[in-house]
Amino acid sequence: MNITELREHLCAQYPDLCPLFSIEFGDGVLTVPSARMVEATSNLKDLGFDLLGMVTAVDFGEEFELVYRVRSREMHVGLFVKTRVPRDEPRIGSVVHLWPSANWQEREVFDLFGIVFEGHPDLRRILLSDDWVGHPLRKDYEDPGLIRRPDYL
Amino acid sequence: MAGVDDVARALERAPGGGVILTSIDAIQDWARGYSLWMMPMGTACCAMELIAASFSRFDFDRHGSIPRPDPRHTDVMVVAGTITHKMAPAVVRLWDQMPDPKWCIAMGNCAVSGGIFYYDTYSVVRGVDQLLPVDVYIAGCPPRPESLQDGMLRLRDKVRAESVSPSRHREVEGILPLPSDPPKGEPGEPG
Amino acid sequence: MLPPDTEPDAGAAASDAPPGAIGARESVVKGAATTVEGRGEHVVVNIGPSHPSTHGVCRVVVELDGEIVTSAEPVIGHLHRGIEKMAENRTYLQVVPLTDRMDYVGSMYANWAYCRAVERLAGIRVPERAEYIRVIVCELQRIASHMMSIGSTGADTGAFTAFMYAFNQRELVVDLFEALCGARLTYNYVRPGGVAFDLPDGWVDRCRAFLEQHPDAMLEIDRLLFGNVIARARLKGVGVLDPAVAVAWGATGPVARGSGVDWDLRRDDAYSVYPRLDFEVPLGERGDCYDRGRVRLWECVESCRIIGQALEQLAELEPGVIKAQDLPRLLAPRPGDAYDHIESARGSLGVYLVSDGSVRPYRMKVRSPAFSNLALLPMLAEGHTLSDLVVVLGSLDPVFGEVDR
Repeated sequence: MNITELREHLCAQYPDLCPLFSIEFGDGVLTVPSARMVEATSNLKDLGFDLLGMVTAVDFGEEFELVYRVRSREMHVGLFVKTRVPRDEPRIGSVVHLWPSANWQEREVFDLFGIVFEGHPDLRRILLSDDWVGHPLRKDYEDPGLIRRPDYL
Repeated sequence: MAGVDDVARALERAPGGGVILTSIDAIQDWARGYSLWMMPMGTACCAMELIAASFSRFDFDRHGSIPRPDPRHTDVMVVAGTITHKMAPAVVRLWDQMPDPKWCIAMGNCAVSGGIFYYDTYSVVRGVDQLLPVDVYIAGCPPRPESLQDGMLRLRDKVRAESVSPSRHREVEGILPLPSDPPKGEPGEPG
Repeated sequence: MLPPDTEPDAGAAASDAPPGAIGARESVVKGAATTVEGRGEHVVVNIGPSHPSTHGVCRVVVELDGEIVTSAEPVIGHLHRGIEKMAENRTYLQVVPLTDRMDYVGSMYANWAYCRAVERLAGIRVPERAEYIRVIVCELQRIASHMMSIGSTGADTGAFTAFMYAFNQRELVVDLFEALCGARLTYNYVRPGGVAFDLPDGWVDRCRAFLEQHPDAMLEIDRLLFGNVIARARLKGVGVLDPAVAVAWGATGPVARGSGVDWDLRRDDAYSVYPRLDFEVPLGERGDCYDRGRVRLWECVESCRIIGQALEQLAELEPGVIKAQDLPRLLAPRPGDAYDHIESARGSLGVYLVSDGSVRPYRMKVRSPAFSNLALLPMLAEGHTLSDLVVVLGSLDPVFGEVDR
């Protein structure tokens, strides 16, 4: 199935998700508001997207953009699901009940960005030690011991 | 080992005692240097070359070194790979569990100085010599197994410089300058 | 499907109840209950982070009831070097050596996954010759990686000889790579836009010589390790993974295929020149450590087929460019993002790149298959003995540079 067929399939099954779907540079993207995240992902799971590839976040200053990559084995197509959460209130619903593979992925996002996933059974640090202070992948992470590579360009 | 030191000093002063001490030293050096059992503290990519060095093609066993996972059975800790802040307590604890005499080889750029992970990272210890006293540094990313074997042979030279009597310890001529070395040449003169 | 076992089971009854299965556990528990009342304290044992298995720095906190594991929790992050943060201060070409060091047993395909994401982001078309060379080195790297994995499986069950035999084959592959790009482990060879160097003279003949002897070596290891009655008793029935659980938990690669999940990106998402190559995907049936190991073994044989075909098709091409023409010295892709993935020896390795139009990535995220596979450990190890835990961890084939990044 290619992206245009996917759009038609999605619009037929879930018309209210249709305006949220866009095609950017050859990839399908479903941009949902953070409040509708769990509902939208639940619909995608029913549609046949059975593999959750990754959960990650990008720091855009005022907001964090959460990016999920889901894939359907039967339809042979992948899809981005994107949402934004404000920086001062980074909370979103967890999707562990839909795809258990989100368990460790969401823990990693919490560890490195500080985004809280509501409903996650065991949200704690995974890559850094438990007493680490701060969330390193944020753009404003301060570390006096970090030596920056000089810019030779 | 205060008793051994006193005996050694007394032997030195006795006529012909030097010959006995030299023979004892030779036996000690042969026993220690030719059976340096190593503790592979392999964390990352260099561990693959450490394993390759121990296997059929490069064969560490012919030098007398075998990898033993238990620190209490080993003489040399080969730190191969990046050491992070989360891993550092484990490395130091295992070093402390090794009985004397013990030596340390820092294998690979990450163990020597942090290597490719020197800049822009928050979680890497820049060189294992911040945690342990290192005897031999092996550069490379990763170093070839032959480099590791060469490092072990140089360590053997260092082991040979020690003696039962502490006053007979020789200094080993290293390649790296120490902070206490006088600066090479005068400004304007070739070094 | 997998070829049949090389040796028939010596005693069918013996393999019906391998040690570590639920039957054995009941007998242990029953024995304890009949002798002493009130026994049943759980002991917490810490394995790692430095332990003699060759899998790397993993700490497993195990709760034991006698010899049986009741819970096993892996604690990772001992090799977390902040590669994703470092990538934000490197140009797109300077990130390639960082990807080498993530999956260090498979640097070629780690480079390739990143380069595919960069090419997707920047809209670069890779020349055909470079695509063929990439497929050849990726499949050779798959062989080298599986040799390490099968050897470690042998070492975990005590069959050290099998480790040596597997490593012989790995050394042959590493020799080919050394002739190609000068390095034995971290190659920095697959670059955005193509590959770094063309194949040297005589390399194709050396590669063919390797391919001729490799399937026989695989048969030998199959008989030596997977035909050995002790290894079979240690591996069969241990760490059984249900296919639905595998898909739900995001397991990919030989871990999922050992359970019969028929999913291989080379065939199902056909990228690069794989559509022109003819190969099969070995699948397991029971989903235990034995099947996962044999899936890896037979993937090596299939890789030999792929490389043979790719070499023939490459010989029909004119010797030409191996890098995209007109690439700027400093790549500055359009603002936006891109995700691309390949089938690595561990599963679906993907790279997600966000660009803000500058010469450095704004964000690089690596979707690591070993990270997702390792999350299965608590489920697979429960109910087995402590010695089986090590075997299960080995069969999941984690490489901690990739798990921790």
